[in-house]
Amino acid sequence: MTNQAVPKLSVRDLWKVYGPNPKRLVSGDFRNMTLAEQLDHVRSQEHFVAAADVSFDVYEGQIFVIMGLSGSGKSTVLRAISRLDEPTCGQVFLDDTDLLAAASRELIEIRRHKMGMVFQSFGLLPHLDVVQNVAFPLKAQRRPRSERRAHARKMIELVGLKGKETAYPHELSGGQQQRVGIARSLAVEPELWFLDEPFSALDPLIRAQMQDEFLRLQTQLNKTIVFVTHDFLEALKLADKICIMKDGEIVQIGSPAEIVLHPADDYVREFIGDVPLANVLRAEDVMSPPWKDGETHPSVARDSILEDAIKLFDEKTETVDVTDNDGSVLGSLHPLEVIRSLYHDAPEANS
Amino acid sequence: MTAFGRSFVVSCVRAWPWLVVLALTALLLMQRAAYPHIIAYPDAWTLPIAEAVNVVMDGIVAGAQGVTRAISGGLNVVFSGVQFFLTGAPWVVSVCLFALIAWQGGGWRLAALTVALLFYVLISGYWIPAMNTLSLVLVALPLSVLIGFGIGYLGYRSERARRIIMPMLDLMQTIPAFAYLIPILLLFGFGPVVGLIASVVFAVPPMVRNTILGFQRIPPAVLESARMSGCSRPQQFVWAEFPSAMPQMLIGVNQTTMAALSMVIIAAIIGGFEDIGWEVLSAMRKAQFGHSLLAGIVIVILAILLDRVSSAYAARQLPGASHVGLSLRRFALVLGAALGVAAVAALLLPALWVWPETRVFFPAQVINQATTDFLLAYGDVMAALKNSVQFYVLLPVKLGFERAIVPFTWGITFTPGMKTTYWIVTLICAAAAFGLNRWKTGVAILVMAGFFYFGATGLPWASVFLLITLVAFQVGGRRLALLAAGTVIYLLINGLWPQAMLSVYLCFVAVLMCIFFGGLIGIWAASSDTVSGIIRPINDMLQTLPQFVLLIPALMLFQVGDFTALLAIIAYAIVPMIRYTEHGLRSVPGTLIDAGLSCGCSSWQLFWQVRLPQSLPQILIGINQTVLYGLGMLVIAALVGTTGLGQAIYVALGEANAGAGLVAGLGMALIAMTADRILQAVIRKQN
Ligand SMILES: Nc1ncnc2c1ncn2[C@@H]1O[C@H](COP(=O)(O)OP(=O)(O)OP(=O)(O)O)[C@@H](O)[C@H]1O
Ligand SMILES: [Mg+2]
Repeated sequence: MTNQAVPKLSVRDLWKVYGPNPKRLVSGDFRNMTLAEQLDHVRSQEHFVAAADVSFDVYEGQIFVIMGLSGSGKSTVLRAISRLDEPTCGQVFLDDTDLLAAASRELIEIRRHKMGMVFQSFGLLPHLDVVQNVAFPLKAQRRPRSERRAHARKMIELVGLKGKETAYPHELSGGQQQRVGIARSLAVEPELWFLDEPFSALDPLIRAQMQDEFLRLQTQLNKTIVFVTHDFLEALKLADKICIMKDGEIVQIGSPAEIVLHPADDYVREFIGDVPLANVLRAEDVMSPPWKDGETHPSVARDSILEDAIKLFDEKTETVDVTDNDGSVLGSLHPLEVIRSLYHDAPEANS
Repeated sequence: MTAFGRSFVVSCVRAWPWLVVLALTALLLMQRAAYPHIIAYPDAWTLPIAEAVNVVMDGIVAGAQGVTRAISGGLNVVFSGVQFFLTGAPWVVSVCLFALIAWQGGGWRLAALTVALLFYVLISGYWIPAMNTLSLVLVALPLSVLIGFGIGYLGYRSERARRIIMPMLDLMQTIPAFAYLIPILLLFGFGPVVGLIASVVFAVPPMVRNTILGFQRIPPAVLESARMSGCSRPQQFVWAEFPSAMPQMLIGVNQTTMAALSMVIIAAIIGGFEDIGWEVLSAMRKAQFGHSLLAGIVIVILAILLDRVSSAYAARQLPGASHVGLSLRRFALVLGAALGVAAVAALLLPALWVWPETRVFFPAQVINQATTDFLLAYGDVMAALKNSVQFYVLLPVKLGFERAIVPFTWGITFTPGMKTTYWIVTLICAAAAFGLNRWKTGVAILVMAGFFYFGATGLPWASVFLLITLVAFQVGGRRLALLAAGTVIYLLINGLWPQAMLSVYLCFVAVLMCIFFGGLIGIWAASSDTVSGIIRPINDMLQTLPQFVLLIPALMLFQVGDFTALLAIIAYAIVPMIRYTEHGLRSVPGTLIDAGLSCGCSSWQLFWQVRLPQSLPQILIGINQTVLYGLGMLVIAALVGTTGLGQAIYVALGEANAGAGLVAGLGMALIAMTADRILQAVIRKQN
């Protein structure tokens, strides 16, 4: 399913500096400095670093979540990759094309066919109804009217808005507007899907519902996704990989379990503080090698959350097996290790 | 030392610059008999700026005449075409055309209103002049809209351009229209084209403002989503930016339409063209009030129709509009068919082509007679009203108690004993205010007492200069003080001081009355939905009418003079005061009122301690608008014989003296801008 060998999207040494003359600052022997020197160099000259030396890879079908406090540079990175704002320097590869080197003609083509984006404030065109909004990117491609309307209707059905085709944005609730935004971003069947805090403007109940639907969509569509959020729980729920940012720099990149079990520093630990770990950690994250004592143990699937696994322990049961989809035993859970992991104390032998 | 004494000293220290200026003023006033130049600015100290402007203007006219005459020739051709159609076409065809356009914008009710109002125009016999006026508006409108859109879009795209455009707009809207009629007259020659160009110039600013606003207000995410959808730059403009800015721009079109109509009417003053403004004006000059009223109603009708139709098109653009009309192609088909049928009908029936004379109903004589009868019956009441305002309000402000209180007006003589008492009371009040730690109130008492004692025309110019500069400095700092000082110096060195003070006097009275009565009406409207419902359409009406029309009823009842002008100015300038007072009072948060009630406030206390202070910022904005409206109307009121800057401009127009007109017009604009900036600084301080 996922091709782990070659990344779909690859970001290298990306900088975004605000100030009177950012280009000048990153020229010359900037490349040869260490990161600390670079930061000093830029900050000492009354410039503001919104993204510093950002590098990461996203593989096909992966949900890559960028997480951080407000102002940490999440949107900056996303907008630099999509070139809504020009980055100061760096490289962004989509397959083999360097997006930052693309001429504006080429960039428009890439946006028309390969990229979709969802905005926090929806960004729907107020004078167009739902169908026209969703069909808008296809209109930019100059596809025939009947074709784009038919396709738009399919997308609208996909996001569960059937029956609202002729409504205008102001007649829709926030959740419905964001569904339109999602349908529009999917209309061109993009390879790369960017979402900048898509659910932040929604109330908690709708947000949870939209997250579930987002996951459902992704199992259907299998896009390569960069998702920005400031909500750590949302990141844990959705991400294959989480990238935590602070003041424009990446603090840590890892899977949800890696982040929770091995936080890189206190900044990351802050986030984990009140996370209900039993809901986040999965059986495979904390299991130890298979415990073979000849008896049969109750078993759980590898990706079930610990809360479900814990319920299987009782007076007689001290071991629970973790099984793969085909039923083969991958490892075992023991009460002590489970308890330790719930207290941020990772088992030593986690592979 | 008592607390009172201590506060008194502290207040004196705080108010020292004021006390110095006031002392200086007292000194100057004592010496005024010996040196008349203390009051009247010496002619020898003026500069011939107006003459210099004339020389420059002559140069420009000589140099640019080829181009300008070509432009006016071109415009003339376009205009003549439109005029030929509107005045020559059978009236059924025109009525059909307008009714269908109205229907497309606003549905059946608007179409019915249009037909009904147009029938009045037909019946009154003013069809041809009305169509002449309409052709001017219809040619000016697209030009203003296009130019305004171009400039506005430039201002949106370029920060640097915007920094030049915004002050230009301020200037264009504060310089009285009469003033730039003159250079246009010189450049483009006589005839209706002058009115056309003047109204294009006058009607551009609202379009520019709304265009900039419309584009700036587009949410950034809308533009970015268009970019991410893969729009090229032109696609983004046509499909996302332009439609998103459209609702605001259509509001601009509505305002531009009204401005164009207003200016077309004012430009009638140049004469030589049979439009509806000219009908009113010439009737007014011949004291044929019946005629002017009937023609004035036609102007009102044009204003209502243009306003309703253009705002209907604006409303239709908004999401959730109830009426959308036909698609453009279908509409064109229907229009063509309907006009064809109407044309055929007109060919068969001549009465449908030209409205028959016999069906004209023109009750001018009846109105004249009724007015005369009314004046005969109630003449003494009207005269008493007029005289009391004149004697007790206008004259004291203009001449001061010193000269206004004579047996002829007040029935008493202002004896030295009374004068002494006046000043002693003033000083006691001011001292009390100082002692109670209210030095600003104390200074205000002294200044006001002096103002009413000596009158606007009896103050030493040097003191006025110092006082205004000081006010400006204290509320707005150095730059504002510079503007205020510059304005006064400009008026002085151009020899416009006496006229300026006359303008200020009339405007001052009008604004005070607007604040008082407008405030009361606003309070009343805020407390009663019925009153509010009655007041609102009247306000809308007063604002959409070309200012000119307001002169007619005032003139009918009170003849030429300051009082008539005062009424006309109040009628126009009271509107913002009413609106903002009502709005301010109504938008006081309910929680605050509840809090007040739960503290046991009586409704009287609730008003003075909660609602009024809360709505003060809004009310101040209303006052600011009222001042600007008052100054704007002042110039038009010059038509009914006021003296002052308005008259100076009006006279210059008669003599085609561009220099004098522009210099006086700029003086007016400077006064307006200074007043505006000072009030805005006060408003900022309040917040
Ligand atoms: N045009 C700009 N000029 C100067 N500074 C900017 C500009 N745009 C963004 N910044 C700064 O860059 C920093 C990062 O902004 P960014 O929008 O990426 O934050 P974010 O992580 O997306 O935060 P949020 O969760 O609030 O959206 C902020 O401190 C912001 O002030
Ligand atoms: Mg952001």
